[in-house]
Amino acid sequence: MIESIFDSALGLYNYWVVIFLMMTGFYIVISRGNLIKKVIGLNIFQVSVFLFYITVGKVSGGTAPITAEGFEVYSNPLPSVLILTAIVVGVATTSVALSLVVRIREAYNTIEEDEIYAQDDPR
Amino acid sequence: MTALLLTLLCATAVAVLRMRGLFAAVMLMGIFSFLGAGWMLLLDAPDVALTEAAVGAGISTILALATLALTTRKAKRPVRPSALPLAVVTITGAALLYGTLDMPRFGDPEAPASNYPQPSYVERTDHDIHIPNVVTAVLGSYRGYDTLGETVVIFTAGIAVLVLLRGSRKRRPAADGGEDAA
Repeated sequence: MIESIFDSALGLYNYWVVIFLMMTGFYIVISRGNLIKKVIGLNIFQVSVFLFYITVGKVSGGTAPITAEGFEVYSNPLPSVLILTAIVVGVATTSVALSLVVRIREAYNTIEEDEIYAQDDPR
Repeated sequence: MTALLLTLLCATAVAVLRMRGLFAAVMLMGIFSFLGAGWMLLLDAPDVALTEAAVGAGISTILALATLALTTRKAKRPVRPSALPLAVVTITGAALLYGTLDMPRFGDPEAPASNYPQPSYVERTDHDIHIPNVVTAVLGSYRGYDTLGETVVIFTAGIAVLVLLRGSRKRRPAADGGEDAA
């Protein structure tokens, strides 16, 4: 029992670290009212997902997927390809989110969520 | 080495959570991306590490700094009670942890992700495309349509940023913060 827990901890620790990072980003997004802070949290969440995919692609004893003489085992190139695309798309969405923040600041003169709600719905 | 990187990653994420100065938070976000790029390098993904360091740590940080220049640098102390978000995060995290128990172990050569498609791109690339870098071959040739779609997304995002910021330029000049150059 103890041994199997130890065994899975050795084999799964990187997933657990990724999940911790992901949940930290998620917590920043839902608990902080500042819009820039939310975008930063989203970014952390995003990078964690990238790390998760890259972790899945690693093969022990393998090397980077660039073919060369004298190497037999290569790590999986497909997660790398997917994540290359995802990084660039992530920057595109981040830039749209940040320019939305700029516009919200122009319209409401604040980027705090509760103050924006208070202006929309004065009671 | 890996243990050090992972500890630093976790410490940076928690520091971002506790930080109220937005400038420091943005800088830590850049550091987080950079540490992530370091880990990717150790995991045999040098192409992704390069892109993450240049685009994720570089351009994202610049865009965020430009936004800070146009808005504010200080976040308010969070006023809402944080019990509900903490509960949501804990439950989601526990569910994900439970899900990992069935995952193939780290680096397992028998994992399904490492065995399909057959024959693998690594075996085919040299014959089909004549370049050694398999990631480039898949990106530019086998999955070229995905890359085309990616450029469409960037184009659309660029237009969206321009449209959003053009409105603000009428009232305030020098509002030029969100051009994306990826």
